[in-house]
Amino acid sequence: MKKRIQIPGLDESSILTDARKILAPQIEDRSRRSFLLRGLTLGGVAMLSGCNITDNQSVDTALSSMSRFNDRVQGWLFNPNAMAPTYPESMITRPFPFNAFYGIDEAPTVEEESYRLEVSGLVADKRSWRLEELRAMAQTEQITRHICVEGWSAIGRWGGVRFSDFLKRIGADTDAKYVGFKCADDYYTSIDMATALHAQTLLALTWDGAVLPREYGFPMKLRMPTKLGYKNPKHIQAIFVSNTYSGGYWEDQGYNWFGGS
Amino acid sequence: MSQSTASPKASHPRWLRLTHWLNALAVLVMVTSGWRIYNASPIYEFSFPASITLGGWLGGALQWHFAAMWLLAINGLIYLAFNLFSGRLKRRFFPVSPKGVLHDLWAALRGKLGHADLSHYNQVQRVAYLFVIVDITLLVLSGLVLWKSVQFPLLRELMFGYEGARRVHFFAMALLVAFVAVHLLMVALVPKTLLAMIVGRKEQA
Repeated sequence: MKKRIQIPGLDESSILTDARKILAPQIEDRSRRSFLLRGLTLGGVAMLSGCNITDNQSVDTALSSMSRFNDRVQGWLFNPNAMAPTYPESMITRPFPFNAFYGIDEAPTVEEESYRLEVSGLVADKRSWRLEELRAMAQTEQITRHICVEGWSAIGRWGGVRFSDFLKRIGADTDAKYVGFKCADDYYTSIDMATALHAQTLLALTWDGAVLPREYGFPMKLRMPTKLGYKNPKHIQAIFVSNTYSGGYWEDQGYNWFGGS
Repeated sequence: MSQSTASPKASHPRWLRLTHWLNALAVLVMVTSGWRIYNASPIYEFSFPASITLGGWLGGALQWHFAAMWLLAINGLIYLAFNLFSGRLKRRFFPVSPKGVLHDLWAALRGKLGHADLSHYNQVQRVAYLFVIVDITLLVLSGLVLWKSVQFPLLRELMFGYEGARRVHFFAMALLVAFVAVHLLMVALVPKTLLAMIVGRKEQA
């Protein structure tokens, strides 16, 4: 299994370079005969991807609306009672891969003493939380598969507060559409309320029985085995409940917002 | 080479031509965007050349893949429904037997397999087209596991879990590409089939 350290980002210059590479051979190759010949071969495959179709604004718009349509379909497909498979301890992936939009050395350091989790939006109780208060709540643990949007997966053991317990404790309006997250590494994302209330959605405070280490998201990450990795925010600093769509770091660049099972 | 047989059924009815070309488009988009997605985390020790992939980057490729999947699946269901309910599936694809396939394959290799009547599939065609129907079905089902592994637990177990489904999806793709290669070679050898698939049988001289 290949483990990627960083998710490849949207790099405009490399896309342009790619596009030029693709277009150059086509410009040289204009004869009708070779066009027909290539049409009959796998070269035809290359030609379709070769036309500069992804830079087209209307194509972009169409693909984005398909992605929004897929969000709705996925919300409709989501069964709150369907559980992600759990695994024995022997199957935990070691070492568990680090993954972020930055290198492991740049993972933020959060000081426990000064740390406060902020809560805002459609909630009754907006006071902020210290870590020890979260640790005093009922804890639960699970060994589940983390699936990355890139395709690879890894099994890990996370423990913490069931997120639905936390939402109830803060008096969140669970009829609201979204729960959003802001993180110490400037990452941000938002999820659907149904997933937020799923029994396996954890406000994870530990990894493999120990305090969640910095590289895996200290002081806490939202762990959802029903969602792809980029939907699981780390180093959470603020949680907000809202009816307004707020997207996310990768979602705003084109990753599907629902992003999961 | 005349098409003067008294067959009452057109060999390439309009619905067949339409679903064929929509399927070709869907497969083209699914395979080339799928290669880009594969490249984000290759299962094996190779990547696909970026120039023959679609989407520009992982996020773009995923958008293409998750848009074209609807075309592939819905068009495929329409094709299967027409085949089943018109009786064409039974009429054109069966019987098919190992012996018959070997017989026709041997005849084809000696250049002795006739293509005068395009409304008749020889046994090699039958098995190849049935294979590609099953293969695309497998691609859709393994794709469902990759997309929604929690929502389809039975399917997930049948595909040997999430990681198993990645490999099933990959090999089904490889077999589909192999089919397309052979299919295109056959079209090049018997070009009138291309014409029949574009304009239908009545246009032929």
